[in-house]
Amino acid sequence: MLKLEPRVERSPIISFLGPLFSLILTMIFGGILFYILGVDPIAAIKMIFWDPLMSETFADYSRPQILIKAAPLILIALGLSLGFKANIWNIGAEGQYIMGAVFGATFALSLYPVESALIFPSMIIVGIIGGSLWAMIPAILKVKFNVNEILVSLMLVYVAEQILALASLGFLRNPDGAGFPGSRNLNQYSSAANIEIFSGTGIHVGVMLSILMIIFFYILLFRHSLGFKIQLIGQSPRAFSFSGDSPSKMVIICLFVSGGLAGLAGLLEVAGPAGQITIDFNVGYGFTAIIVAFLGRLNPIGIFFAGIIMALTYVGGELTQFMLNLPAAAIQVFQGMLLFFLLSFDLFVNYKVKFLKE
Amino acid sequence: MKTVSKNSLFQSIGITKSFPGVRANENISLSVKESQIHALLGENGAGKSTLVKIFYGLLQPDKGEMILKGSKYSPKNPKNARSSGIGMVFQHFSLFEPLTVLENILLGLDQGANKHEIGLKVGELSKTYGLETNLSSFIGDLSAGERQRVEIIRALLQEPNLLIMDEPTSVLTPFEANNLFSTLKKLSDDGTSILYISHKLQEIADLCDTATVLRKGEVIGEYDPKTISPKELGEIMVGQPLTTPNRPKKNKKQKALFSFKAKKVEPDTQFGMTLKDIDFQVNESEILGIGGVAGNGQEELMQLLIGEKRKDSIFIEFRGDDISKLNPRKRRGLGIAFAPEERLGHAAVANLSLLENSLITDPKNRFSDYLGFINFENLQSYTTSVIEKFNVKTTGFKASAGSLSGGNLQKFVVGREIEQSPVLFIVNQPTWGVDALSASNIRESIVEITNAGAGVILISQDLDELLEITNRIAFLSEGTLSKPIETSNAVVSDIGAIMGGLVEKETE
Repeated sequence: MLKLEPRVERSPIISFLGPLFSLILTMIFGGILFYILGVDPIAAIKMIFWDPLMSETFADYSRPQILIKAAPLILIALGLSLGFKANIWNIGAEGQYIMGAVFGATFALSLYPVESALIFPSMIIVGIIGGSLWAMIPAILKVKFNVNEILVSLMLVYVAEQILALASLGFLRNPDGAGFPGSRNLNQYSSAANIEIFSGTGIHVGVMLSILMIIFFYILLFRHSLGFKIQLIGQSPRAFSFSGDSPSKMVIICLFVSGGLAGLAGLLEVAGPAGQITIDFNVGYGFTAIIVAFLGRLNPIGIFFAGIIMALTYVGGELTQFMLNLPAAAIQVFQGMLLFFLLSFDLFVNYKVKFLKE
Repeated sequence: MKTVSKNSLFQSIGITKSFPGVRANENISLSVKESQIHALLGENGAGKSTLVKIFYGLLQPDKGEMILKGSKYSPKNPKNARSSGIGMVFQHFSLFEPLTVLENILLGLDQGANKHEIGLKVGELSKTYGLETNLSSFIGDLSAGERQRVEIIRALLQEPNLLIMDEPTSVLTPFEANNLFSTLKKLSDDGTSILYISHKLQEIADLCDTATVLRKGEVIGEYDPKTISPKELGEIMVGQPLTTPNRPKKNKKQKALFSFKAKKVEPDTQFGMTLKDIDFQVNESEILGIGGVAGNGQEELMQLLIGEKRKDSIFIEFRGDDISKLNPRKRRGLGIAFAPEERLGHAAVANLSLLENSLITDPKNRFSDYLGFINFENLQSYTTSVIEKFNVKTTGFKASAGSLSGGNLQKFVVGREIEQSPVLFIVNQPTWGVDALSASNIRESIVEITNAGAGVILISQDLDELLEITNRIAFLSEGTLSKPIETSNAVVSDIGAIMGGLVEKETE
């Protein structure tokens, strides 16, 4: 017989080992899944986690790709982690990511072809505003009418996708694009392009910003009273209101920050790696970032590593798709498993297993 | 005086029980004789509740055995215990509020029973033991004392040889407690043994034939409460001499500090209490006590005092300024400190360190600069001094609040506020669940800030505490506050009437 017993103190060791163990379990069960799909599991796992970094054939292409994919994941996950700590659940970062891109691109293309050094910085601000405005919808509904922010933020993703379609087919369609859907390519508009800072490395402004943000969030969470308030309201809403602040203010702040960072990520993507607004501009970073936030234990440094690992599964997953013919959905299941095992391990942070005789 | 038979009814031999991190019972042997009222005395955390839960089959001992009526007794569950002849009345009642008294009694019986027959039996028991109750009343409409009577009747219907009562007076007014005592005495005269759990020394002296004292999970000894004074018994229970703090000295020129007026405040939930006609004032250098049985509006009043709930219909004045619109943080900024009743989840957070818990009631942003960055140096020295001055037993300021025992956490929570040298200190149940020594230290520190000029509002259910240190005292009953009276003039029998709401009703 097994029995769960509450721990007197939360175990920091398990809290640290959890992500590691879940990664191993994901490899094992993912391997079984790949085997059932008729693919050599060891080759597949190696291709996901090893080849993008080390293989001579792929690394030159893969390494920059990892950074390009990790940057938006880290940016979005950092923002989400604030809310998740406070028990404010923004599930709609994908929508805010889209809106940041649409706002930023609309702003830039409305100025086209004017060239100015001010355009790109302004785009960044407009992108942030786009994302956070979109996140203000669930925030205000929550504060005014106590509407569940999970549902509203999630459903607004699909509204944002419609707006994205409208933009790429309608108001942002490239007038010189021979009628094809999609906007002008921002990479060909030098004032608006999110260029690589060191050529060939994949390091663009977004990668730099995400590193800065990690430091910023670390200080915010562990050195600033706002970080403490976020932790307090998440741990105990009653103690939070005893301390004296308004819970509504925290809802607004958390959704504003997470929406803003998702918007920023969207803007950096549209102005850089993606280059243009298209119907299928969004590839799920907003959802994957939820996994990244939890995999990183809602800790900024953890989120950095988690972002790299998730980016690895994206890049490696793509490799397995064209090298081993694994379906894309298998990679999504693989990523989902990681979150599942991680959340399961959380049980052992607060409880220990005891073996009973009989 | 009745003679107690020498025959042992129930015996426990070497009962030992451990939980993760604590040894709750260590080799406990005691013997309850027939027709005896046997007190089980000990502080909170001494292991009383664990022990009786073992007796009642709710927990299984790690070691040791029990003997009931001469044969081995090892109940697997409470049903076992009841059929063997052991009944128990809990501190927290297990009654269904939307059902009637009779329905609740029928539900509690192990075998199906004839409704009419049970009705007659209950009538008989009520008459014999003074347990008046109306079978068709809904539990939700009954007072705590009446509910307890239903629980006792339910236990008595099983005709137990041994009735276990877990801190039965903690929810009763003095008047109700007296009724309970005469019921229990009659029961023991008729041959039922009673195991009476309490930490209230006076009632043990009044009621019990013998007292087994537990300390830290072990039996210290068995004493005769008729020959030993309550104070001595208390010192045995605590393990060291006890001092009682003096009431703050009365100051002739007392200035008004704080006043509170509310006509009517509806509760947020249907189970809350509506507050009506509450009007009081606190002066400098004065402790105003607010007594009353729990659930008569204390929580609701505390919320309004802290400012977690703010209503247009109430008026709060502090040093001449209207503060009724201010949030808790702003009220703290004026020098008002609060310590709510619930330690974990309200006053403190289990998973946060003591350091972080100090930040919860940070007045005037003492621990952060104007940009909001936390000043860990100040915070650490503050937390350390609270831990040292209030003798909080912990591994250090990095320990989580959840790792502290209830008493130590209470010392921390009260200390955290007192260390801020508040002008006004509002505290709800400061010594609830705290060991006697710490309790007297906490009271002493409250008296100390009062003597230094602070005003204090002390909400408490502990009448002894209120009589000991307050200057004036008022009582909450059904959400209404009685007129404060001078504590030194208060007579316990009058207080009983006020607490029961009798005085208010007469004047209506």
